[in-house]
Amino acid sequence: MAKLIQTLATGLQLGSVYALVALGYTMVYGIIKLINFAHGDLIMVGGYTLLYTIPMIASMGLSPWIAVVFAVVVCVMIGVLTELLAYRPVRRRGTGMTALITAMAMSLILQNLAQYLLYMTHTMYGATVKSIFPQGSISITLGHQKLSLSLATLCTIGISCGIMIALQFMVRRTALGRAMRAVSEDKEASSLMGIGVNRIILVTFVIGSALAGIASAMWFSIYPSTSPGIGSALGLFAFVSAVLGGIGSIPGAVVGGFVIGIVYSFTTSYISSGMSDAVVFLMLIMVLLFMPAGLLGKEMKEKV
Amino acid sequence: MRGEREEVKGMKKGLYLWAGLLGLVLILQLIPVNNLLFAKKIVPLVWQCCYLIIAATSLNLVVGCLGQLSLGHCGFMAIGAYTSALLSLWAQRAGVFSHKESVAYIVVVLISIVAGGLLAGLVGLAVGIPALRLKGDYLAIITLGFGMIVVNLINNLPFAGMDGLSLGSAASGLYKTGLGFSNRLLVKYLWIALLGTTGAMTLMFKFMKSRFGRNVRAIRDDEIGAAACGINVPAYKVGTFALSACLGGVAGGIYACFMSALTTGSFAFTNNGILNSTFLVAMCVLGGLGSLSGSAIAAAIMCLLNYLISQTGLNSLPGWIGLAFSYPMLIYAVVLVVIIIFMPGGLTGGREISLKAVIGKFGARLK
Repeated sequence: MAKLIQTLATGLQLGSVYALVALGYTMVYGIIKLINFAHGDLIMVGGYTLLYTIPMIASMGLSPWIAVVFAVVVCVMIGVLTELLAYRPVRRRGTGMTALITAMAMSLILQNLAQYLLYMTHTMYGATVKSIFPQGSISITLGHQKLSLSLATLCTIGISCGIMIALQFMVRRTALGRAMRAVSEDKEASSLMGIGVNRIILVTFVIGSALAGIASAMWFSIYPSTSPGIGSALGLFAFVSAVLGGIGSIPGAVVGGFVIGIVYSFTTSYISSGMSDAVVFLMLIMVLLFMPAGLLGKEMKEKV
Repeated sequence: MRGEREEVKGMKKGLYLWAGLLGLVLILQLIPVNNLLFAKKIVPLVWQCCYLIIAATSLNLVVGCLGQLSLGHCGFMAIGAYTSALLSLWAQRAGVFSHKESVAYIVVVLISIVAGGLLAGLVGLAVGIPALRLKGDYLAIITLGFGMIVVNLINNLPFAGMDGLSLGSAASGLYKTGLGFSNRLLVKYLWIALLGTTGAMTLMFKFMKSRFGRNVRAIRDDEIGAAACGINVPAYKVGTFALSACLGGVAGGIYACFMSALTTGSFAFTNNGILNSTFLVAMCVLGGLGSLSGSAIAAAIMCLLNYLISQTGLNSLPGWIGLAFSYPMLIYAVVLVVIIIFMPGGLTGGREISLKAVIGKFGARLK
């Protein structure tokens, strides 16, 4: 029983990180129909920012929470740069396929640039990021088994749930959210209604990248080791979460993230850690075959 | 009448191509094996070019001609490579050939490569039937998942783990399994790679010229319209996917001949080299979607560039420039983005390159 709850808690913790990253994928996809492969690498960017800023801020005697602000700012800058330098020009001239290749190329650029910079600054692979969360754990006695949940787990789940509710409120209730939904439905019509389409797309990138910055702080409190390729694996899982939940749908990304996190952690602790990738992808394929639009996505009819 | 004459012309063209190949092979036999520049530099490059060309072109059948994005082509290559390596290992254990110069060995190698292609094609059929019900980005992510599952499964197979083909012994090298070619054999059997490439390209051109190819292009341009004209859309989609997978498997077999060891990491989605499913799609886009000759040229250019950057000592240049060349993926990715922004149609704009048109153009310029 204790193992079950422990696995569930780990799954929820992983799932809340996946969900935050998946939100970035799903918002960008919803608005410009592009799988932003470079989004996962923002986690890596955030991780290296934290690696440098946490010791700096700690030496100034401030709370390590402030480091998250730096991570968010750097992630937003990189996210906005990819949109302005690559995606926007390609969107103007190319097709969906070329845009997708551009996204993959941007992901390669970020990873290899990180490798290059690491070599230049003599940073080791696998340098560990300090956790920003308070140490310690809460122990609960269940019958005669003891169960301990770390504060980091509880903080991660709580904070990400709060962020998701705030995001849902913003998209549903504010003028900006309405504009975003309008652009994702029909770009031309919304520009005729006086919405700056490119500005809204940029805002979407800003929000997605900021979420990635926050998610990176949570991710590195679970797995503190940094490497340039860390974002692509995590990004793939987050993207799978977005597709599973129905890409383009915000509640879908959250549900998908939690499902993937829980399945992953149960596979790892009950079957084999080597098979968890295969199990997750098999589940994705099964879901897509029977519900082609994902768990919460709307099925679109094709018209002639 | 006219159609008949064109057919005769086409056959003649094919004949010329094969005669040219035969001549090339004969010339290659004349070059002494101990010519170091040829054996050490040019031959490996040609092998690499060959398997990249087959892989990229066969992927273009699905991505360009059928218009469905597949991100798992390396999975089919992995199936082909491992199947042919295991088959040749079995032949060696069974004592079918005693040494690598015998005719029996050549037969075993050819059968292994073809068998790898066939198995990959069968898997492509099995994957394609359910997967091709989805479209666009969903299909992309499912094929990506397929590629990862293949790598994961091969890693967990008892006889073909992460360390190559160990089969319970310490031998992980492909030489020992019988399929891997030594440097000398790479030169001697260069014709296998050339034959494979020419054969695969001829097959694909024939397919795209035929009724099958016209139907496939019709599906790409307007799926609903094609269905309304009585084309069996799912059958053509799955057929094209299986053909592409089969030729991907052949490319994998040729790759296995060339490499000295097989690891699943070289087929993984995150593989940091030019052999990965992303770069294969990139070759299709650079060559022009739907242009088989274009993707072959793009693959050759990419292979050549990769070779120039890694072999000519550009990375020993002083300062940050040399360092940038030791991370060539950074340069490729930047170049890729720049080309996509300025040439969104690729090198050929999606048209096939015909020798006649090229000669005509240059001739006009000379006049």
